[in-house]
Amino acid sequence: MFENLTDRLQGAFDKLTSKGKLQESDVDLALREVRIALMEADVNLKVAKQFINQIKEKISEQRALESLTPAQQIIQVVHQELVSLLGSDQCKLETASTPPTIYMLVGLQGSGKTTTAAKLALYLRKQGARPLLVAADIYRPAAIKQLQTLGGSLNIPVYSEGTSVPPENIATNAIDFAKQSSLTHVILDTAGRLHIDEAMMAELVRVRDKVSPTEILLVVDAMTGQEAVKVAEQFHNTLGVTGVIMTKLDGDARGGAALSIRAVTGVPIKMIGTGERPDAFEPLIPDRLASRILGLGDMLTLIERA
Amino acid sequence: EKSRRGIFSQVAALFDREEITDSTWEELEELLIAADVGVETTLMLLDVLQDRVEAERIRRPSELRKALKEELQAILDSAPNQPVEVNDGELLVMLIVGVNGVGKTTTVAKLAHKFASEGAKVVVGAADTFRAAAIDQLQIWGERAGVPVIAGAPNSDPAAVVHDALAAARSRSADVLIVDTAGRLHTKYNLMEELKKIQRVIDRNGSPAQENLLVLDATTGQNGLVQARKFAQAVHLDGVVLAKMDGTAKGGIAFAIVNEMKIPIRYLTTGEKLGDIAEFDSKDFVNALLG
Ligand SMILES: Nc1nc2c(ncn2[C@@H]2O[C@H](COP(=O)(O)OP(=O)(O)OP(=O)(O)O)[C@@H](O)[C@H]2O)c(=O)[nH]1
Ligand SMILES: Nc1nc2c(ncn2[C@@H]2O[C@H](COP(=O)(O)OP(=O)(O)OP(=O)(O)O)[C@@H](O)[C@H]2O)c(=O)[nH]1
Ligand SMILES: [Mg+2]
Ligand SMILES: [Mg+2]
Repeated sequence: MFENLTDRLQGAFDKLTSKGKLQESDVDLALREVRIALMEADVNLKVAKQFINQIKEKISEQRALESLTPAQQIIQVVHQELVSLLGSDQCKLETASTPPTIYMLVGLQGSGKTTTAAKLALYLRKQGARPLLVAADIYRPAAIKQLQTLGGSLNIPVYSEGTSVPPENIATNAIDFAKQSSLTHVILDTAGRLHIDEAMMAELVRVRDKVSPTEILLVVDAMTGQEAVKVAEQFHNTLGVTGVIMTKLDGDARGGAALSIRAVTGVPIKMIGTGERPDAFEPLIPDRLASRILGLGDMLTLIERA
Repeated sequence: EKSRRGIFSQVAALFDREEITDSTWEELEELLIAADVGVETTLMLLDVLQDRVEAERIRRPSELRKALKEELQAILDSAPNQPVEVNDGELLVMLIVGVNGVGKTTTVAKLAHKFASEGAKVVVGAADTFRAAAIDQLQIWGERAGVPVIAGAPNSDPAAVVHDALAAARSRSADVLIVDTAGRLHTKYNLMEELKKIQRVIDRNGSPAQENLLVLDATTGQNGLVQARKFAQAVHLDGVVLAKMDGTAKGGIAFAIVNEMKIPIRYLTTGEKLGDIAEFDSKDFVNALLG
């Protein structure tokens, strides 16, 4: 099995007799390989198909070019399109015009919300902010303790009211507390929930309606497969998600879910998590993620190889 | 049953048609991929089915459906699931491993509850000393399940905790020791070495009966297969727990894993409560997949 797209395409092109200008059939052959690469990276099937159609148009426009070998040409077009789909420039986190800025973290169970809350707080503090972490997960055993431990180790205040106060009340009170203490950012850690759990989704709507967050950030595990689209759509349709944070990109998952989510909801991927430690957190660089999804290394070495 | 949803309503439409056409194959391929079965396993399945359609002169989509079910079932049954056996007077050590956030700790609690309610004497070991409040989380679960939790200090050596937990299990003449481990990505060398060390501690302690389970999140895509390969290189794996099957994901990566590694799926988990765990049944699983 080919491990990356370059090898795949090279393999496909090796079978061709004419090495000159790309024929329609060559393009189809190549795009089949691209499609497989995308699906192996967990890009949603429908998204992959749409994307391939888009690419096909682009390539037929560019087929006149003869300066590049076919593999290079196609990879470049695919990569470019992927980057522009992911959002060609970095998306900054919004800040409220009057403090505190409120970030609400939501997502499936275990996606990395609590860890990300701490990471986000540290990230903001490094930029001079005074963040507050809020424990609004009243369900998971020791969820509050987890946030307190993380906050404690970073010296960032954690607001909690135990497990018997509804999350929307905790959130409201936390914001009052932040105002009184002149804190600039409030980060709400909510409980993990399934997108199909109506009662739990309604809880998030109540929190949102009470506090009007500056950003609602969907935290998604980079290892997520084909379901990512359904999950993101459901969270987005229910809440109006403003940004995605993709976690666990320190592994070897290709992270195609990011592309699917972006394509289907239009919500930008804003930040990525790259480890368990609080500082393993950075803005998304679309160019890199595109290469990763395609199973490519550095684009430059690639051009040299081809 | 929560895992038995008619997921593939589209499949019904697909198989309701009069004859098998190119688009039948195309749609079949798409359905399998959409279930996270993966390109490779899907193409293999389609090959086998296309051969069968010719050899057995299959004409109707309904017959094709039957053949597909048989092939899916055959994959799962190539590593048949057997119930985990707890024998009186012989300590069974269960080591629960997996990447971050998949549901290990909750699975430990569910298994402890399950074996305890079946009459076994259960002890739990808290070998995740790394993640914030991981020990507290397991202790709360231990209380709920009514089983003792052996823990060390946060950030202490997990292998030492396992050593202590083994001693505690022996001195209490426990039947089962279930060890919770920290989430770790299979790409992290040091963390995988740490797992090997834990395994060595267990092996050195009079080689008790063992059941190492890899927990996989049902929403996991193609990386699941890599996870299984890499964890199996670090410690032997006796089975897989497919967690969070109460979502809408189909857990199709299970087919790729069983197909390639011949490791059985042991359990499915279907919620956040103690009782939300079920022995894996290949027939139910295939039925749920095909609606
Ligand atoms: N390797 C790695 N692990 C991460 C990353 N982000 C989070 N984790 C780990 O993923 C696991 C789950 O993280 P949590 O922050 O508890 O996830 P959560 O979404 O709050 O979980 P629930 O509250 O139970 O829904 C923990 O083991 C974290 O250490 C990341 O970027 N990389
Ligand atoms: N819906 C659903 N949620 C589950 C299930 N099993 C566990 N969870 C939730 O998933 C989240 C993570 O579960 P944990 O048991 O802490 O996962 P873990 O693998 O121990 O996580 P780390 O130790 O951080 O790597 C928690 O919010 C659990 O309540 C399940 O079967 N269904
Ligand atoms: Mg959490
Ligand atoms: Mg755990």
